Amino acid sequence: MGEFNVHRVRFFNYVPSGIRCVAYNNQSNRLAVSRTDGTVEIYNLSANYFQEKFFPGHESRATEALCWAKGQRLFSAGLNGEIIEYDLQALNVKYAVDAFGGPVWSMATSPSGSQLLVSNQVGCEDGSVKLFQITPDKIQFERNFDRQKSRILSLSWHPSGTHIAAGSIDYISVFDVKSGSAIHKILVDRQYMGVSKRKCIIWGVAFLSDGTIISVDSAGKVQFWDSATGTLVKSHLIANADVQSIAVSDQEDSFVVGTAEGTVFHFQLVSVTSNSSERQWVRTKPFQHHTHDVRTVAHSPTALISGGTDTHLVIRPLMEKVEVKNYDAALRKITFPHVSITPNPQGPHLYPIRRCLISCSKRKQLLLFQFAHHLELWRLGSTVATGKMGEGKNGDTLPLSKDADHLLHLKTKGPENIICSCISPCGSWIAYSTASRFFLYRLNYERDNISLQRVSDATVSRTVESMCLLAVSPDGNWLAASGTSAGVHVYNLKHLKLHCTVPAYNFPVTALAIAPNTNNLVIAHSDQQVFEYSIPDKQYTEWSRNIQKQGFHYLWLQRDTPITHISFHPKRPMHILLHDAYMFCIIDKSLPLPNDKTLLYNPLPPTNESDVIRRRTAHAFKISKIYKPLLFMDLLDERTLVAVERPLDDIIAQLPPPIKKKKFGT
Amino acid sequence: MVEEESLRVVRCGGSELNFRRAVFSADSKYGTTAPCQSGCACVPGILEKELYIFCVSGDFVKVYSTTTEECVHILQGHRNLVTGIQLNPNNHVQLYSCSLDGTIKLWDYIDGILIKTFIVGQKLHALFTLACAEESLFVITNNEKPDVFQLTSVKLPKSSSQEIEAKELSFVLDYINQSPKCIAFGTEGEYVAAVRDFYLSVYFFKKKTTSRFTLSSSRNKKHSKNNFTCVACHPKEDCIATGHKDGKIRLWRNFDDDKKYTYTCLHWHHDMVMDLAFSVTGTSLLSGGRESVLVEWRDASEKNKEFLPRLGATIEHISVSPAGDLFCTSHSDNKIIIIHRNLEASAVIQGLVKDSNIFTGLMIDPRTKALVLNGKPGHLQFYSLQSDKQLYNLDIIQQEYINDYGLIQIELTKAAFGCYGSWLATVEQRQEKETELELQMKLWTYNKKTQGFILNTKVNMPHEDHITALGFCNAHKSENPTLVTTSKDGHFKVWILTDDSDIYKNAVGWTCDFVGSYHKYQATNCCFSEDGSLLAVSFEEIVTIWDSETWELKCTFCQRAGKIREYCCDLSDFMFVFKPSEPRPLYIQKNISREEVQWGVFVPRDVPESFTSEAYQWLNRSQFYFLTKSQSLLTLSTKSPEEKLTPTSKQLLAEESLPTTPFYFILGKHRQRQDEKLNEALQNELVQLPLTESIPAINELLHTPAHVLPAASFLCSMFVNSLLLSKETKSAEEIPEEEDMEQEKESDDSDEENDSTENFQDTSNIEMGEAVIHQLSKSEEKELRKFRKVDYSWTLLPLSLTSSARTPDCHLVPTLTCAGVLSLLPLLNEEEETAVL
Repeated sequence: MGEFNVHRVRFFNYVPSGIRCVAYNNQSNRLAVSRTDGTVEIYNLSANYFQEKFFPGHESRATEALCWAKGQRLFSAGLNGEIIEYDLQALNVKYAVDAFGGPVWSMATSPSGSQLLVSNQVGCEDGSVKLFQITPDKIQFERNFDRQKSRILSLSWHPSGTHIAAGSIDYISVFDVKSGSAIHKILVDRQYMGVSKRKCIIWGVAFLSDGTIISVDSAGKVQFWDSATGTLVKSHLIANADVQSIAVSDQEDSFVVGTAEGTVFHFQLVSVTSNSSERQWVRTKPFQHHTHDVRTVAHSPTALISGGTDTHLVIRPLMEKVEVKNYDAALRKITFPHVSITPNPQGPHLYPIRRCLISCSKRKQLLLFQFAHHLELWRLGSTVATGKMGEGKNGDTLPLSKDADHLLHLKTKGPENIICSCISPCGSWIAYSTASRFFLYRLNYERDNISLQRVSDATVSRTVESMCLLAVSPDGNWLAASGTSAGVHVYNLKHLKLHCTVPAYNFPVTALAIAPNTNNLVIAHSDQQVFEYSIPDKQYTEWSRNIQKQGFHYLWLQRDTPITHISFHPKRPMHILLHDAYMFCIIDKSLPLPNDKTLLYNPLPPTNESDVIRRRTAHAFKISKIYKPLLFMDLLDERTLVAVERPLDDIIAQLPPPIKKKKFGT
Repeated sequence: MVEEESLRVVRCGGSELNFRRAVFSADSKYGTTAPCQSGCACVPGILEKELYIFCVSGDFVKVYSTTTEECVHILQGHRNLVTGIQLNPNNHVQLYSCSLDGTIKLWDYIDGILIKTFIVGQKLHALFTLACAEESLFVITNNEKPDVFQLTSVKLPKSSSQEIEAKELSFVLDYINQSPKCIAFGTEGEYVAAVRDFYLSVYFFKKKTTSRFTLSSSRNKKHSKNNFTCVACHPKEDCIATGHKDGKIRLWRNFDDDKKYTYTCLHWHHDMVMDLAFSVTGTSLLSGGRESVLVEWRDASEKNKEFLPRLGATIEHISVSPAGDLFCTSHSDNKIIIIHRNLEASAVIQGLVKDSNIFTGLMIDPRTKALVLNGKPGHLQFYSLQSDKQLYNLDIIQQEYINDYGLIQIELTKAAFGCYGSWLATVEQRQEKETELELQMKLWTYNKKTQGFILNTKVNMPHEDHITALGFCNAHKSENPTLVTTSKDGHFKVWILTDDSDIYKNAVGWTCDFVGSYHKYQATNCCFSEDGSLLAVSFEEIVTIWDSETWELKCTFCQRAGKIREYCCDLSDFMFVFKPSEPRPLYIQKNISREEVQWGVFVPRDVPESFTSEAYQWLNRSQFYFLTKSQSLLTLSTKSPEEKLTPTSKQLLAEESLPTTPFYFILGKHRQRQDEKLNEALQNELVQLPLTESIPAINELLHTPAHVLPAASFLCSMFVNSLLLSKETKSAEEIPEEEDMEQEKESDDSDEENDSTENFQDTSNIEMGEAVIHQLSKSEEKELRKFRKVDYSWTLLPLSLTSSARTPDCHLVPTLTCAGVLSLLPLLNEEEETAVL
């Protein structure tokens, strides 16, 4: 494996934004997630929960509602009063329509998918519900429902599409869709643990086909109402704080609610006795995977999905719905976006690609960190103790002779978030792009002073299909690109034309890289498969065929996070360096491949040559798990690695304090 | 007269009441009639319904009244531990019980009659009944390996005979937990749930299938305490509640589907859930544990719960009455609390409290003749031997008891009564580290007004090290009460009662008067001579005699080897009775108990027995009680158990043991002074309450609940008969004591003055006494004897088992004993030796 001096970088002060909405799409098994900064991400649940697509955020576009319509169309609405439809192919905003009112609090598509219901604030506090017709290429305002005296924060369609339930402050209204008039106004008890609270906010409603309305409110109650009579059927007090979200399964036999205490409760409809048809709603399992408010929940047929202020997206599979107890049945907690890094070409060719939070200049030992609205440039620290081979023990910490420097803080112009950024390997160019514009800067170093010179500012024109990943060969001859659809295309940069296409594979590509000298393209997929494709030969290499024949180690396939970065050692052509969020791996192609019986995670590499047993068990995958969570890892030079970690505790520390709960024994 | 007596071990109470869940009787037929439930007045002449509660107690089943807390019946007939009781689901005035002796018995509990005995022939560990399975019962058996238990259904054959063999067994579930708390039958007997370790098994009777649900049991912190501890089934719905070691309660539903099963968690208890019970309608769930708090979960919701706190001790069992209006909890301190539906405790049935360490040993309170020993943590309990009831608890430590594992508590280690029960000295200690000893001695005075002990003096660190013994000087009342404590620090201290610095001079307190030591040896024991003139203190193997007037060392005695071993009885299913003067045992009793005997005590009799046989003469003046490991009080008696424990005689005994009242003092003392020369039997009669009270028939009439009494016409004749015959029966019992053969030397012979036939032991002992105390005159000697007869403090006797296979700790037991005999015994031996020399 070789020995390296490792820069463990922990000064990347990155805090992901909190999750505001999730929307599950049953048809394509995809999950749309919107964050508080307006970013919308799309996860493919079939492909190992890989974050497939993402729409960059915008300062003014704070999303409040997210919903799918007619299978493939995604709408969002927010506090700026606009309804936005996203183009899932081009990965941009298709259009934004004003909802004719104030901030939009809630939005729901009709069961048929042809209508869109939007509740927004009119005037100061009044709430109104508006119905929009979804046409094939736009949405069209249809009608206003009866205006309400207070804002409407939640909406739910009856599955037949004839009625809707709207949760407001202190009451729930039931509207008739045809006439647009409120037929019921159900007042909700303000009492909270015997004490009268000021207001009871209905954070979420769900209308079941049998006419039951389930409401969740700020007093910590989950209540069941009969919509025909407007009476309370059952009440569950589940939390000391707000219950903020609810999602019902398609079969209407289970639902999930999320509370401000970070707890997610599962409710199930169970039969009272085995031989009677009477069924009742029972609170079953509580899940405490969040530390902060659970702002949103979703219920897929096999899993409960929750997200909140603590930025985690938690996918908790339902064991009883999972057929086989396999890897998919495990709990998932996604914290970091699946960033991927593209190595820069030698020359000044630059491409706006999918977001990469970190890039590094090998020659100048610089790191560029990307935030939503600014960039930071850091120079790595250095040490006098050069840590020569054999000097010192493995794992020793070397003293820093010079601390890391914060060289540059570059703010963007405009409200748009930065999509991606890059620093050239020579360290003299910085490029970044937003959704609509591209910026290039030249860095001039005068001893310790740095001056910045803006070189170009181009408007980016979009292609039909967006490209997600790019890889440029170190000699600058080849460009590999992977889009939203399957397949990797390799272009010849000299002639600017398509060289070949790597055979399509079902799972999305998570990382791409072209090896120096050999021009082998290494592709990592979200199902943890790694392929090596020889660009000159236009076929898979022998090693790749071997590993496909033998198959990967089962533990390798069970890893949680996708490989986000691939790089190569300049002096050792047989080595491939790759990492995901929890491990760093060097694949040595010269060694035998591991089978399922061998130990995948070797604690230590063989230290001395006489260690026969260790050498016999040595295999191609050398894995180190000491750095986590690992955002970025790359080779600076032959013997130096840089690893950027972001400990979860640091992120939690920067979040607002959670609701204080009494812990027993304290 | 008793003709041919053979000594037998008789159980006289004290055993556990909390071994199994208590069972309520159903609404009895002769209770209120159905139409009057709607709130109208009861039909005149029909008694208010009486609810009984049943609990297993050793080999018996006790029937208590829920309103009066009285023991109404004791159902006896089993030959071994009773392990389960259930009402007969088909006839609510009958009760099934099962026992380790392999039988199931059916009782009529209203009259206390055994109806039928079913002989199963295997050890039965628990009993369950089902309303829908009329002809069969469910029992827990183990017929193979020792720790593999099965749930078995027993078919009860129909026959009119009294004893029926029931051999038709069929297994239901194998490999279950022994405890009946781990088995529960579900709605209408459709399924049975059993828990063990980390899994829940549910057997469906209709489908004949078993589903098993396992909780993760990994070693990591989160799941390591997932063990199931108890189970209960919802009476109306398909819902199983299970209790866990980590304090969680899980409510399982949909368990008829192996895949779709689901559960909810309720978590309030921080320690193991000991028992669970659903209310009759199933709307609420009751749980209890070490927190001593009964929790009622309403609607199975975590936020909606009610508490009944401060129940005093760990809740071991919870049961619910069939009508749903009462709950009851059994506690680890051997009590049953009956609780109303609105969570208000209404009655307490308290048995003998079991403490893990009885440091104080068994003592007799001279005033109440009650057995005194460690009770609840930090308490002394006064337990009436005759009525088998706790009289009261005396809180000695007076601090809140925090029940937490690993906490080092303050222990009540020593107690002694002095001055005829008017003073009580207690020692408590707490040792966290080797060097940090916290000691406290408290002196309590008896307050006649409140009939209890009141703290008089508190002495912090009376000694530097553990106190090994304490003893009062039981001399004349006029003299100052004196207390001696000995300690491992090598000193003994004399404490006397003095005037406290109070201007009214009516406050008294104890102060240290003298500190003595002997060559830095550890003082191990102390004892006053009967007249209070001499004090014997033992220092390891040396006995020193001190003059109690001047506190001068009079003389020392040395034993040849070893430390002074105290009066010691070895027991390994045998009991040996020794005379202090003879090296050979006086009496050997075999097979006294199934269990380890831990403590014994001689209790002086009020009415002396007359045993003609020489072997039993030691029982004439005192009765020997001993306590087994399972907390049963046993005694030795020649009477047949039937005779001894008929309800009438029990009632009579209860009267005799009434605590002494001021009235008694006035009357009793007056008479005592009046006829000093009267024989002892008459004196004892005076102790009793007025004459009519002692007539059994009247007692029965007055003490039995009215509704269980037979018809008035029948009572009338019985009453008249009793009046007629009473003189005769009395005379038969009260034959004056002629012979005075006793096993223990000094104290028990009470009336030497007018005893013409003084026995050999006695005189020899007195001779030896003279050898020790040369200067005693003849008259002083008489006085000394007079005091001896009222001194009971010596009567403690440690017993231990030294069967080679068992308990190394039994050797330690003899060191924890009372002063009197123990130090005098080696002293006498010593004297013999010197005499020989």
